Amino acid sequence: MHEMSICESILGVLKDQARAQKFDKVKRVCVEIGPLSGVEIEALRFGFDVVMRGSLAEEAILDIIETPAKAWCFSCGKDIVLTERYDPCPDCGSHQLQVTGGEELRIKELEVN
Amino acid sequence: MCTVCGCGEGEVRVEGVDKARGQKHDHGHGHGHGHGHGHHHHDHQHVHDDGHQHHHHGDDGTLDYGAGEAGAAVPGMSRGRMIQLEHDILAKNNSYAAENRNFFANHGILALNLVSSPGSGKTALLVKTIELLGDRLKSYVVEGDQQTSADAERIRATGAPAIQINTGKGCHLDGHMVGHAVEHLAPEDGSVVFIENVGNLVCPAAFDLGEAHKVAILSVTEGEDKPLKYPDMFAASDLVLVNKTDLLPYLDFDIEAAIANARKINPAIKVLQVSAKSGEGMDAWIAWLAAARAMALAGHPLGTAAE
Repeated sequence: MHEMSICESILGVLKDQARAQKFDKVKRVCVEIGPLSGVEIEALRFGFDVVMRGSLAEEAILDIIETPAKAWCFSCGKDIVLTERYDPCPDCGSHQLQVTGGEELRIKELEVN
Repeated sequence: MCTVCGCGEGEVRVEGVDKARGQKHDHGHGHGHGHGHGHHHHDHQHVHDDGHQHHHHGDDGTLDYGAGEAGAAVPGMSRGRMIQLEHDILAKNNSYAAENRNFFANHGILALNLVSSPGSGKTALLVKTIELLGDRLKSYVVEGDQQTSADAERIRATGAPAIQINTGKGCHLDGHMVGHAVEHLAPEDGSVVFIENVGNLVCPAAFDLGEAHKVAILSVTEGEDKPLKYPDMFAASDLVLVNKTDLLPYLDFDIEAAIANARKINPAIKVLQVSAKSGEGMDAWIAWLAAARAMALAGHPLGTAAE
């Protein structure tokens, strides 16, 4: 359940930004989450509502952009799309893969006023 | 939880620290630790150049939909100001981890983050390891558990300095907690710091502590499919210690399948088979430690002095 601390980190960023960019209410938080980031999206949504309660983002909507997991296959040299870390290359069946995307855990943008 | 550093508010306890301060974690404490509590942001705000005409590109990188001549947006739509951030959510933890890594590098210290399920035998393995290292390599231990200082006491019985972090409701150690603990341990130059993470194969994978390597411990009583069930941890680790091999004759554990599963997740991962109880395979682990320690000493004055 480290999604709670992820939400605490998001709130920390919102508070820092509120000071730096002079706003006092967050209406929408847009985050980019990869399937290999170790974050469970439902748990993140639950944690978000709990953690934001009573804060500057109390009513904020959480928008989640799910990025694809990508890898490069050492065996056949192709760029492939994964769903799980243990997926083999769909073309040649090799597990010799270098993950190139899908570990994103980023706040992309905020809507504030 | 504490919103300054993400620690559990009134929950995280570094053993022997802040005991007189009551429950609340005090960020105003005066002891001089080297962590930048300053705001080390990685947020490179940028304006997106997409030719939209309906919002104002502020000097600070904000996109302001309501800052036009009339100071208003489309009537009937209460559109807020958009701020493009591209901010890594774990940036704060990563900056603490970077401070720790810097400290370890400057002092020629090998720091290892030991991760596993509860009950894999991490503490027993550490006790045996410290005994085998003896005077060759000075060991220090940071123990992470939700509650009790039982593990730190087991380590201290070997003579190695240890400090317990109780995470309270937390499921992992983070860079900030470890920075505090290491500061209180004050490890000497050229030593090894073992960080025994909370027994949990999920959450600690996401939190860099500043270690040189994550070492995953998988005991043979756990099942050979564990790397597939908890892929993030095996992807983040450089070494797997398959522990309790003395029990293999009594189990159906397929060790080759376990190794193959770990390599499906992480083709570069190294695997050593050990038994902390019988001592089998411990020499290979000690050799791995010596090699990793040589890497930690590279560029440090002690590294050349040891030649």
